[in-house]
Amino acid sequence: MNRRGSFLLALLAAALIALPAFADNYLLSVATLCLFFAYTGQAWNIMMGFAGQLSLGHALYLGVGGYTAGALYFHYGVSPWIGVWFAIFVCIALGAFLGALAFRSGISGVYFTLLTIAFAEFARIGFDHFTWVGGSAGLFLKVSQQNWLDLRGPPALYYYVMLMLAALAFGLSAWLLRRRPGYYWQAIRENEEAASALGIDTFRWKLVAVVTSAAMTAVSGVFLVFYYNNLFPEQIFSINRSVEIILAPIIGGMGTLFGPIIGAALISLLADGATELVDVLGWNIPGVKQIIYGLILFAVVVFLPHGIWPSIARKLNLER
Amino acid sequence: MPIDFVSLTNVIISGILTGLVYGLMALGLSVIFGIARVVNFAHGEMMTLAMYASVIAFSTFGLNPFIAVLPVAALFFVLGYAMQRWIVNPFVTRPEHSQFMLLLSIAIILMNGQLMLFGPDAQSVRLDSLLESIELGPLLIDRGKLYAALVAVGTTAALFGFFRFTRGGTAIRACADNWLGAKVVGLDVNQLYALAFGLGTLCVAVAGCMMILLIDLTPAIGPGYTLLAFVIVIVGGLGSMNGALLGGVLIGLSEALAGLLILPSAKSMFSFALLIVVLLLRPRGLLGGNR
Repeated sequence: MNRRGSFLLALLAAALIALPAFADNYLLSVATLCLFFAYTGQAWNIMMGFAGQLSLGHALYLGVGGYTAGALYFHYGVSPWIGVWFAIFVCIALGAFLGALAFRSGISGVYFTLLTIAFAEFARIGFDHFTWVGGSAGLFLKVSQQNWLDLRGPPALYYYVMLMLAALAFGLSAWLLRRRPGYYWQAIRENEEAASALGIDTFRWKLVAVVTSAAMTAVSGVFLVFYYNNLFPEQIFSINRSVEIILAPIIGGMGTLFGPIIGAALISLLADGATELVDVLGWNIPGVKQIIYGLILFAVVVFLPHGIWPSIARKLNLER
Repeated sequence: MPIDFVSLTNVIISGILTGLVYGLMALGLSVIFGIARVVNFAHGEMMTLAMYASVIAFSTFGLNPFIAVLPVAALFFVLGYAMQRWIVNPFVTRPEHSQFMLLLSIAIILMNGQLMLFGPDAQSVRLDSLLESIELGPLLIDRGKLYAALVAVGTTAALFGFFRFTRGGTAIRACADNWLGAKVVGLDVNQLYALAFGLGTLCVAVAGCMMILLIDLTPAIGPGYTLLAFVIVIVGGLGSMNGALLGGVLIGLSEALAGLLILPSAKSMFSFALLIVVLLLRPRGLLGGNR
């Protein structure tokens, strides 16, 4: 990162920290969701963008993480600040299980992607019948007033939590990219056989990527439960969720640090703009928003296969 | 719950008949993957589109699905051909995930387009002539399922015949075996890929016209059937035509039995468990070749 880049980054950070002082609750909720997608996209990016393992089942970690912390709070009153560690632990175990199964039996490419979907679908149907956490009727958390220990508070609290997470994820990704794991992952992504021939333990490093990504996504899940106070298997584990997660990094630019952030900002703006436009035109029928997502994804995949960040970076004279 | 022999046999027959239609749907996916090398992530959405087409044919023109299947299949063949030619083909040389996302975006557009056009309410086609079951002693066979399975088997047989005995079919198989070799001997590879894609969408269109007799249609069922088709071809072996049929029958059976023995709503959990087991034990599927 050159000096110009650092300056721009500092400016962005200052603006984001100061935002709640100016913004109303609506804008703050849009910004919170935007940061949510930036953070979760960053998590997915580690697995796909860095290590080249395409997961279309990240809703699995979102759901399992959310259910773990949600159920601990619901049944035993465990604070989400503690529950999140259990969620991370469970998702690490789950990611390690999935990754080890897949990579041990040499499953890669399309087959790996389908395995991730199968696990998420399996979990969706499983949780539908898991009555301890409400089954298909859903899990509802008590809405208590203003207690930050239970992650209850004004919109600014959620905003700052998500801002902190997004900043941490950005820092972690930047750090990993400059260290051994980052180089190993990129080598595996570009050519797994060559990486293996160079002596990289590809099994181990692919597993590390899956586990890191799973742990980070678990935190997103916990946030989502305590933000919305409810959890339904049909929603949290749905393939639409998994697709929603991957939009930001793909549109922004896979494998880049700023891609997920730019992508998240763009889809939040577009989604918001689209909602308003649809209201104005009176086309308020289900499916409009998703079809706009679909068209954007289509346009990006066809015309900007590397996402929009690389071209912005070139214009601004930043490296990547 | 004690299960008597007769109801068990009925469930098995119904599972096999449904499985044959599943098999045809999955055959489409298998042809598209095995020959055009495209992972068709919009397969289920294409099937629901064909189902809507046959609903419209029935409600507007009074055509029953057994007749509507002909124009719908022809239309889908052209659509599939055009789609491969102008949208998917430029992606053949791009990385795998790029093509994957292209089809995913097409799936999203198709599904939500259907949601916008046709609304979320369930639709179906019920023919009075199919209401009465065929009685074979104590066994009851659903007429709709039986005829749907016969059409599926007929289409499959025609496709097998095409690949086995015609010049076009042989050329397509050559192309699937060795892309470069096919090019060297002067085959128009792009043309053949588009032809294969068209045949794949034709299969899914016929399967869709038959499925409308068996299940209720909403736009939301698309992704589920995409996954089901993948489960079937992976269980049978991606790229293997016999495997797709075998996989279809196996999944149809396992769904029917799971519905009877465990919980109807857990039936697809059974299929996903089967997928995970097959992927782990025999990643190339039951009838897939060794790598």
